[in-house]
Amino acid sequence: MTLSVRIIPCLDVTDGRVVKGVNFTDLVDAGDPVEMAALYNTEGADELTFLDISASVAGRETTLDVVRRTAEQVFIPLTVGGGIRSVEDVDRLLRAGADKVSINTSALARPQLIAEIADRFGSQVLVLSVDARRARTESGFEVTTHGGRQSAGVDALAWVEQACALGVGEILLNSMDADGTRAGYDIGMITAVRAVSKVPLIASGGAGSLEDFSAALDAGADALLAASVFHFGVHRIGDVKSYLGKHNYPVRGVAVR
Amino acid sequence: MIAILDYGSGNLRSAERAFATAGKEVVVTADRTVAVEAEGLVVPGVGAFAACMNGLNGVDGAAIVRERLAKERPTLGICIGMQIMFSHGTEHSDTAPHAGVGVWDGTVSQLAAPILPHMGWNTVEVDSDSILFKGIEAESFYFVHSYAAKSAVGKMQAWSTHGERFLAAVEDGYMSATQFHPEKSGAAGLALIKNWVGSL
Repeated sequence: MTLSVRIIPCLDVTDGRVVKGVNFTDLVDAGDPVEMAALYNTEGADELTFLDISASVAGRETTLDVVRRTAEQVFIPLTVGGGIRSVEDVDRLLRAGADKVSINTSALARPQLIAEIADRFGSQVLVLSVDARRARTESGFEVTTHGGRQSAGVDALAWVEQACALGVGEILLNSMDADGTRAGYDIGMITAVRAVSKVPLIASGGAGSLEDFSAALDAGADALLAASVFHFGVHRIGDVKSYLGKHNYPVRGVAVR
Repeated sequence: MIAILDYGSGNLRSAERAFATAGKEVVVTADRTVAVEAEGLVVPGVGAFAACMNGLNGVDGAAIVRERLAKERPTLGICIGMQIMFSHGTEHSDTAPHAGVGVWDGTVSQLAAPILPHMGWNTVEVDSDSILFKGIEAESFYFVHSYAAKSAVGKMQAWSTHGERFLAAVEDGYMSATQFHPEKSGAAGLALIKNWVGSL
């Protein structure tokens, strides 16, 4: 009776298509998020995350349709982030078939949004996405916006503590220094955030080698999110799980068919 | 026909589709007659215990459940939909516990665990005579909750552990319930749903 560590692939979606290159040779259409979600499910993903990077209202409507179609055929938890600014936005996504939503910039602009969403739907639907980097703040980590290009002027640990008090159910910690480098998760940052939070912690940014995944778990992560290593086929989800299982981390086997 | 009781916002679409895979017609409804008459009724649950009970009372849900049990019609509670079948819940309660539907005597209280919610895939320890878990006893299921019942009720129990041991599922004649989300537990969850639908 041990809770398994979760392996979560993340798909960036815009106007109904997955962006960032993908090289699954066994996909008919590598850019279809529903098809990719189904494939990751078959490969043993424990959850799925869609990040909506659409710039337009029409693009966001398309994302709702993607969520609907995914929820119709993939029966594992689905988190959707990107562009969520209100309780109504959350309601629309949940009704379309999302299980959780992740918020980032809108919560920084108005922290009370966290409490509003948690009060209406419960903390369990709410993931706080924190884009953080090393900086000369009190804790040594600061929150960034605009994909890590700008400082939000907020200390990362202070923000996590505030958000937990307001009612987030989970934290998605993205290292903007490590993101895309495949040089490993920022272990110091994971350790620091773990120490100030009692909700599940998802580590993101920097996954490269199989050892990187276990190092993040040792630092206190409960779940591991990765994008490019899965999309580009550097590792299959099954490879990560086999490696972790072999090293005595609790993992869920690929589901029965 | 299977009815999924709609008494608040949340993701009912997944539940609707998941139960439809078992081969029966599925309706999402707040209609009392439809809910009482359906071959099987699913009571999902979102949010906190008291908020969930308020939503349930808004559609006369407790009376629907009692009437179904009196008429020997199967009902399945999921997640908070399991918790509110107990007599009491302590979530967000500073003084006296909140009252539940009371199908089972017992109190739903917070798990003593360092990290909450209990979120993710966990295994269960199942009685050998389970209908729901037949053929999937060794599988993992998806949990998202901070509160749980910790004392045995009903004829069959499945247990899991997060910080402490808690009831992961109960089978008790026409009333069954799972603390985890079968509609989110992949192939194993669909198999459990099929087992329940097959028992109707």
